[in-house]
Amino acid sequence: MSRVALRNVWKEYGDHVVLERLKLRVEPGEFCTIVGASGCGKTTFLRMLLGEEEPTRGQISLDGEPLPAEPGPDRGIVFQRYSVFPHLTVLKNVMLGLELRAAPLTGHLFGAARRQARERARDMLAAVGLEQALDKYPAQLSGGMQQRLALAQSLVTQPRILLLDEPFGALDPGIRADMHKLVLDLWARHGLTVFMITHDLKEGFYLGTRLLVFDRVRHDPHAPHAYGATITYDLPVGATDRGLYEAIREDVRKSEAAPAEAA
Amino acid sequence: MKRLLNLRPSRTTSLALGVLPFVLLLAAYLAASSARLAENPNDKLLPSFASFGEAIQRMAIEPDKRSGEILLWTDTASSLRRLGLGVGISALVGLTFGVALGAIPLVRAGLAPFVESVSLIPPMAVLPILFVVFGLDELSKIVLIVFGIAPFIVRDLQQRTQELPHEQIVKAQTLGGGTWQVVLRVILPQVLPRLIDAVRLSLGAAWLFLIAAEAIAATEGLGYRIFLVRRYLAMDVILPYVVWITLLAYLTDLALRLLSRGAFPWYRPAGARGPA
Repeated sequence: MSRVALRNVWKEYGDHVVLERLKLRVEPGEFCTIVGASGCGKTTFLRMLLGEEEPTRGQISLDGEPLPAEPGPDRGIVFQRYSVFPHLTVLKNVMLGLELRAAPLTGHLFGAARRQARERARDMLAAVGLEQALDKYPAQLSGGMQQRLALAQSLVTQPRILLLDEPFGALDPGIRADMHKLVLDLWARHGLTVFMITHDLKEGFYLGTRLLVFDRVRHDPHAPHAYGATITYDLPVGATDRGLYEAIREDVRKSEAAPAEAA
Repeated sequence: MKRLLNLRPSRTTSLALGVLPFVLLLAAYLAASSARLAENPNDKLLPSFASFGEAIQRMAIEPDKRSGEILLWTDTASSLRRLGLGVGISALVGLTFGVALGAIPLVRAGLAPFVESVSLIPPMAVLPILFVVFGLDELSKIVLIVFGIAPFIVRDLQQRTQELPHEQIVKAQTLGGGTWQVVLRVILPQVLPRLIDAVRLSLGAAWLFLIAAEAIAATEGLGYRIFLVRRYLAMDVILPYVVWITLLAYLTDLALRLLSRGAFPWYRPAGARGPA
């Protein structure tokens, strides 16, 4: 059974078609990167997987069940910013997921359960290289460290799929390379299913196992919103040549240059 | 010579410049007072510092002949009790309703227009109603303070709650949080320092409503006293009382600021930079 399946999914706001005819099957353990011009509905797609938006037509299923229409613990997320809680220390940020799961009334764990949660959180933080910063607040961390924290926080509760919305978009190139290594390492170690949006085509081409390109194929110059974007390329990463890379880059650039409305 | 825009005072210069207006005011008062007293030694409008000393002695140190109480302290105690209760209840109401309005769209849809309308009613206009309904003693004064500042705190905290990045609310749900847990662990702790900010901002208004209510109907209190002795033009009592009220207001504000800094080290960027 596929982990995630989309059956002819559309997303429309009134007459404005954002996404159309999405058909996709993703198996457990796949690492999909998503690229496309800005305003082509990448984020809308991710928000539908998250449960923040519902498709206007078609269905999305998660392990064969209809996808819940609100965010839940089976789907973890790391945003470009604001993914961590500024009022909690690094350690408590990671413990939060364990506490919310186990304590519906107080939201806090006590005694042995708390010590156990602290140990698990500490191990997770060591895996992302933050064992030296347990008692710092997020504002005291660099951008890269904050994203490491956000990853640790999402993974400690073992979600079935991990959604990444341009998680490294705000980071310096050198730090971004470190983060790629970390994400690939965590993906392999936890057997995750990952969807990652990026605006960096190179990142999309070399990270993960599968590349999804979102683009508008139909245009009506008199009604720019009559047609939405869809998946134009669905490629296994590693089996592609230079020429295709250039072609896709050209496509994305062309759509970018055309007047693109908000996503 | 640098431009005025770029001139920054040193620490000592800052301090000296800060003290200067106070010194100037004091000097102007002394000059005006001695000029008036030279003309008419019985002048009551700008008393000398000696008569302030006598008045303070009478009000703050010696027990009152009639009641046997030290008036300044009984006045201070009852005013602070009213202010504390009024502000405390307002903070509690503000926190509860502000977070509920900010976090829960259904509550917002149901209550926001009502709260907005209530906050537009001038509180002093309903004071007569409060006196009629709650009587002339403590309750009506406290209710006036609550009526005066709670709507502001509610609306401010609703705003602060809605300003929390939506990403955080989504993230908390992906970590397994339900409505109650998200409010308890994510929203409430982040709104608390903002509640202290809102209370600090509304303290001035709280004093205003307190003194107004005391001026109209009370048997003790700082506002009652200054309006009582006004009948005898007793500036030697009124001015020290005003200074005392100002000092109390300053100390309350300082205490809240220190509380915010101590209890929420993550809140201000400046606080987060140093060791927490």
